[in-house]
Amino acid sequence: MSVSIVRKVAMALSGFFLLSFLLLHVSINLLSVCCPAAFDSASHFMGTFWLIQFVMQPVLAFGVVFHLVLGFILELKNRSSRPVKYAFSNAAASSTWMSRNMIITGVMVLLFLGLHFYDFWFPELNVKYMQGDMSGLVEGTDRFRYWEELHHKFQDPIRVGLYVLAFVFLGLHLMHGFQSAFQSVGFNHRRYTPIIKKLSNIYAIVVPLGFVIVAVYHFLAQ
Amino acid sequence: MADHGMKLTLKIWRQKGPKDAGKLVDYPVTDVSPDMSFLEMLDVLNEQLVMKGEEPVAFDHDCREGICGMCSLYINGRAHGPQTGITTCQLHMRSFNDGDTIYIEPWRAEAFPVIKDLVVDRSAFDRIIQAGGYISVNTGAAQDANCLPVNKKDADAAFSAAMCIGCGACVATCKNASAMLFVSAKVSQLALLPQGRIEAEERVLNMVQQMDVEGFGNCTNTGACEVECPKGISLQNIARLNREYLSAALMSEK
Ligand code: SF4
Ligand code: FES
Repeated sequence: MSVSIVRKVAMALSGFFLLSFLLLHVSINLLSVCCPAAFDSASHFMGTFWLIQFVMQPVLAFGVVFHLVLGFILELKNRSSRPVKYAFSNAAASSTWMSRNMIITGVMVLLFLGLHFYDFWFPELNVKYMQGDMSGLVEGTDRFRYWEELHHKFQDPIRVGLYVLAFVFLGLHLMHGFQSAFQSVGFNHRRYTPIIKKLSNIYAIVVPLGFVIVAVYHFLAQ
Repeated sequence: MADHGMKLTLKIWRQKGPKDAGKLVDYPVTDVSPDMSFLEMLDVLNEQLVMKGEEPVAFDHDCREGICGMCSLYINGRAHGPQTGITTCQLHMRSFNDGDTIYIEPWRAEAFPVIKDLVVDRSAFDRIIQAGGYISVNTGAAQDANCLPVNKKDADAAFSAAMCIGCGACVATCKNASAMLFVSAKVSQLALLPQGRIEAEERVLNMVQQMDVEGFGNCTNTGACEVECPKGISLQNIARLNREYLSAALMSEK
């Protein structure tokens, strides 16, 4: 992809996809706060239904990798476009911190993903595909293991702190990303763009806050 | 008058030529009137330098009334200085205070190499225009008014886009040194009007390709360009450029 505009559209489309995934993820997680049984069956469905596991999951993995690789390519390209920096720059006068630091917030989210995969995804893959246990049950019982595992993970205050911090960065990333994606695909309208910007801020606060609520709830409910 | 003048310390980028490393040099300047334009203030400095037998500071300027786009300068960390909606020649010293230190740097971009001191080579913009920023079909002799109906909304948007004076402040202020605002203005002013539609597809493909060849960065929608543009060119033009480019790239039969 050598053309600048193709890059930005690709960034936006993968971003839209990840935005819709986050919404699904936070909705299921919030079930763990209000309705553990529903959380268990939703988790079991997501974890065992072939369409999700073998079609959507690889698509998602590809989407994440695509978005982050392109993000790094953009950053490198854009750095090289200004080889000599300004001695004095007052960037805050004309743009938001979020819009200028997508690489920082993005890398923080990426680091968090490492921890998150270590906590949940890798153990899940291990149980299901290495050990071949697709039952979703706590060994030797007929209880689902999902809610208990989640609950157990958030015993550790350090982990809870790291998660909360990561969601702050996610929120900052989304604040620019959500509305920026519309502009990238060519949508800018006198009437609708201000609404999209408001929605962007709402999404960027509500979704990460949902994740924070889940982490903090499980920590406090130990 | 002399003792009423402002005293300033200027930190000016000095660079002998394109290959020279260059550095910021401090210049005290006196007798500055708050009613001077920023460029007149530099004229005063240069006179003082010439009197001392030093090399005057090279900077670009021409019309000195905000219409040609020649004056540039990154002043105290902002393109065209602290005000918005103006060029450097329209900036007055009353925007500063007696005793201030002012940083004056050239536009910084890979695609705008420094020629000397504060003068940069903006011919990359000319080459983008040469790649398609014109109409070459025969549009005939001057027509009767309204014989070719144009929606008022489109006419106004085309006129607003045509306000771009090619100054390069959008590139200078963009953290990515992207030229999207300039290119989008030049594509829009033609794409919105019937005579411009005929070559619209090739135009957008060629101009964007030339923009990339010149080494400008990739737009990430920070919106800084729109804030610093002296002519108020809107981000709506960049969205239009994205649309024009996408549909041309997908539909082109070449
Ligand atoms: S878009 Fe604005 S800032 Fe950019 S070159 Fe045109 S007039 Fe200057
Ligand atoms: S000198 Fe012409 S716009 Fe400033």
